[in-house]
Amino acid sequence: MLQRLKQYVKSFSLWDLLTGMRVTGKYFWKKKVTIQFPDEKTPTSPRFRGVHALRRYPNGEERCIACKLCEAVCPALAITIDSEPRADGSRRTTLYEIDMFKCIYCGFCEEACPVDSIVLTDMADYHMEARGENIMTKEKLLAIGDKYEAQIAKDREEDASYR
Amino acid sequence: MLDTIIFLALIVIKVLAIIVGLIVVVLYLTYFERKVIGYMHVRIGPNRVGPRGLFQPFADTIKLLTKEIIVPTASNRFLFIVAPTISFCTALIGWAVIPFGDGIVLANINAGVLYTFAISSLGVYGILIAGWASNSKYAMFGSLRAAAQSISYEISMGFALIGVMMAAGSLNFQTIVHAQQGGFWHWYWLPLLPLFIVYWVSGLAETNRLPFDVAEGESEIVAGFHVEYSGVTFALFFFAEYVNMTMISTLISLLFLGGWLSPFQGIPYLGDWFSFVPGPFWLLLKISFFLYCYLWFRATFPRYRYDQIMRLGWKVFIPLTLVWIILIAFAVQFRLSPWFA
Repeated sequence: MLQRLKQYVKSFSLWDLLTGMRVTGKYFWKKKVTIQFPDEKTPTSPRFRGVHALRRYPNGEERCIACKLCEAVCPALAITIDSEPRADGSRRTTLYEIDMFKCIYCGFCEEACPVDSIVLTDMADYHMEARGENIMTKEKLLAIGDKYEAQIAKDREEDASYR
Repeated sequence: MLDTIIFLALIVIKVLAIIVGLIVVVLYLTYFERKVIGYMHVRIGPNRVGPRGLFQPFADTIKLLTKEIIVPTASNRFLFIVAPTISFCTALIGWAVIPFGDGIVLANINAGVLYTFAISSLGVYGILIAGWASNSKYAMFGSLRAAAQSISYEISMGFALIGVMMAAGSLNFQTIVHAQQGGFWHWYWLPLLPLFIVYWVSGLAETNRLPFDVAEGESEIVAGFHVEYSGVTFALFFFAEYVNMTMISTLISLLFLGGWLSPFQGIPYLGDWFSFVPGPFWLLLKISFFLYCYLWFRATFPRYRYDQIMRLGWKVFIPLTLVWIILIAFAVQFRLSPWFA
């Protein structure tokens, strides 16, 4: 009897509804968690595996020595390399291409690289506008490396003690 | 002759003022709906078009008006176009008798409450015809649900109105508001508290808003009665829905919360300090509060199950209003102070 009376009072005073509204009412004033993507970004780990880049030494010489270890280790067969001796006798790549559609972003190429040339940056937002742009050529990869060298170096340094 | 022309021109100007005002209200109601619900989801809502997203409604309007109107081949072409027009018109003509302040009204007729009630009932025809003319099973189900729901809740809504009519002894909006003079404890929300709540909940159901929006029922019937509509025809339904929301908020402010009367009336000092504020401002404030509640409910409550909606309407609201009408009859008869003295 008392139980039923209690239930009547509760349902006619809309108690449960008011409790729910209190919750949403409180959240209305809370600080918003939205990250406005192109302007703001979530922090990434130094190990984040985004778009690839080819690095250079501080003197401007490209690091890649065309050892083809990355090509060999790549589980998706996304990397294609051709090489030739350069005029000064050092072995360099003439062709270094990564098919971004094949790539699975495992990071094995970076781990295989003996000279820290091919790396994965923390850039996850990139796009293609025409067929064929999914093939990242050597020039494009070097350009990405040049553009984000500061960030790449910083991430490598932060993670160095765990490698 | 000239007098007639001036008289007609004045009416046209008044009508235009109301319609333009409503369009602005509806435009920004959609903006605030997205903003408020966003805030309650701990998001920030639209903020890209214009400063703080304030031009978003205009972008939406341009998009809706330039979209293609698709008329399904299996539909009844004439009724398919007529249905949104009916919804749109009935949503607008109810505003003719709404007073926005003391004497600020297009048509001050003595059966104002009855008129708005009748017009708001007509709105369901637009939905019903839309569902039938679309010749689509989802639209049909949606319109049947909307019709059954509107009709069920109109009964409790009507009883709630009867309570107000008995308390005020009039069907004229101005008289009803004047009868609530004296302070916020004189307003009818207090003596008619159950009717106030019943009217508000029935209003939610009447406009097919959450938590009673089974007529739309995204998960099972896609979008209800307006699945087949696009472009301008959809915009008309959309506009009608938001105008009806504003209408219900206005009616409840007028009938239960003293319309344009100041909430500080009758309080020493405060009443004098706020006496310079014009009446329509208070009415606007009260309407805004109820519109905010619409959005608040939408962000809070899950959708009712259909049989629960029917149970609430027939087995809870109607007995409740009937009992309270009898109590009000006694209160009016014995001149219960301070309300019915």
